[in-house]
Amino acid sequence: MNLRAAMNLRAVWVIYRMEMARAFRTVLQSIISPVISTSLYFVVFGSAIGSRITEIDGISYGAFIVPGLIMLSLLTQSISNASFAIYFPKFVGSIYELLSAPVSYLEIVIAYVGGAATKSIILGLIILATASLFVPLHIEHPVWMLAFLVLTAVTFSLFGFIIGIWAKSFEQLQLVPLLIITPLTFLGGSFYSINMLPDIWRTVTLFNPVVYLISGFRWSFYGKSDVSVGISLGMTVVFLLICIAIVAWIFRTGYRLRN
Amino acid sequence: MPSIISISGVTKTYATGFKALKEINLDIERGEIFALLGPNGAGKTTLISIVCGIVNRSSGTVTVDGNDIGRDYRAARSLIGLVPQELTIDAFESVWATVNYSRGLFGKPANPAFVEKVLRDLSLWDKKDAKAITLSGGMKRRLMIAKALSHEPRILFLDEPTAGVDVELRQDMWAMVRRLREDGVTIILTTHYIEEAEAMADRVGVINRGEIVLVDGKAELMRKLGRKRLVLELRAPLASIPETFSRYALELSPDGGQLTYTYDNQSERPGVASLIRDLEAAGIQFRDIDTQNSSLEEIFVNLLRQEA
Repeated sequence: MNLRAAMNLRAVWVIYRMEMARAFRTVLQSIISPVISTSLYFVVFGSAIGSRITEIDGISYGAFIVPGLIMLSLLTQSISNASFAIYFPKFVGSIYELLSAPVSYLEIVIAYVGGAATKSIILGLIILATASLFVPLHIEHPVWMLAFLVLTAVTFSLFGFIIGIWAKSFEQLQLVPLLIITPLTFLGGSFYSINMLPDIWRTVTLFNPVVYLISGFRWSFYGKSDVSVGISLGMTVVFLLICIAIVAWIFRTGYRLRN
Repeated sequence: MPSIISISGVTKTYATGFKALKEINLDIERGEIFALLGPNGAGKTTLISIVCGIVNRSSGTVTVDGNDIGRDYRAARSLIGLVPQELTIDAFESVWATVNYSRGLFGKPANPAFVEKVLRDLSLWDKKDAKAITLSGGMKRRLMIAKALSHEPRILFLDEPTAGVDVELRQDMWAMVRRLREDGVTIILTTHYIEEAEAMADRVGVINRGEIVLVDGKAELMRKLGRKRLVLELRAPLASIPETFSRYALELSPDGGQLTYTYDNQSERPGVASLIRDLEAAGIQFRDIDTQNSSLEEIFVNLLRQEA
């Protein structure tokens, strides 16, 4: 059986396209606001405070925080894009159409997660371009940089998708990003090298999965990392697999969708 | 020809323990208009949601044109268009975008000419670029119907289609239902407006407390369960009904000027002709005579009362 017959590719395409269209309709919210907030980070941390901080690992502080800032936006935007995309039709009830359509769960995930990930990747690249206006950038391993970007965007879009299905209210929808993801990102070495921490806190920090994402991503820029790249990559893939397993379980049981 | 939808032994128990459906067995014939009647909370929407794939069933099997809704869900769902009860549309999409989206979702290649026809038929063409949020309630309802028809379904579910709908839309909708039926589309509608079922349906099913109470052709139902009433306007009021008429179980109006005789087809009561003969013989004269058929509504109310 060929792919066209086995899958409803048209449905995947129309969902994906609709998700992208929504991003362009709300361009202010989805693109411009993250760009503005990132620029503010550069102005405050990069220039104002950063000029008084010495280099970290031989990299100027302004340049050092670029990968962390991109990761910060990538994580929060992937989660919020994907969780909102699936939560909103659930909330207004228009999800009936998706559930009654000849669409498989796999197709639903590909379309929604693909849409959310695409948006946050575009956003990551825009932030990168914005950053290059403020600090001299240097990307040592561009292919790895893109690989980390895509892998992280997909993983956290999947994670957002799970939150969107789980959430029963807008409050719950905000809860995980606000209470878990933002602190983990800030404490995960976005703005500092974890090697700057006292030993005990450095060990504690190693339990934070975001450390591995930021560290690996920073390595792709400057060839230097807090933890080895292999471990970074491994941890990202493990998290991706956990998300895939949860999504598979949701779909097998119809959890909060068909019950 | 085998039925287009076959539901057998379907049950649904929600996580709360509430049994929404208890052993539903129902066959829908190809090309018919089937009305599913029942009071609020009887299980109408749950049953439709199961057939359409929105809610998982607890047990039982459903086939749509021979396709199992679990194993062959793609084939089964492709045949079905659903207009749900609630007006639930993505408010920020344009009419044109959302109807084309529905078509794509069901795997059909783009066909602007067909979508245009659907929108024109539903008087939505002028609004094609309007965002759903700007539409009136009636227009939103039309849009929901357009979405359901966008992928050329062979079966159309209308869940409470005329709840809160004005007369014009109601008439348009019935005209549309008739057109679809002429094209061979099977239509299943739920309603608690019985006049609707009475006007449109070929067959009627009554569901109450998660059980199908009865399924029958509308005409048969009216004949079997329907009652006739004969009302006689008397020339001179009667003080009471004479003893000799006890076998007719007549009712006398409080002013004594009107006699009512209720009878049905299964009745062992004697016919109208003998009543009139007996009245003449007793010297009771009448100046006018009127007969009434009971409506489906009365049948329905009686049925539910017996159930209770």
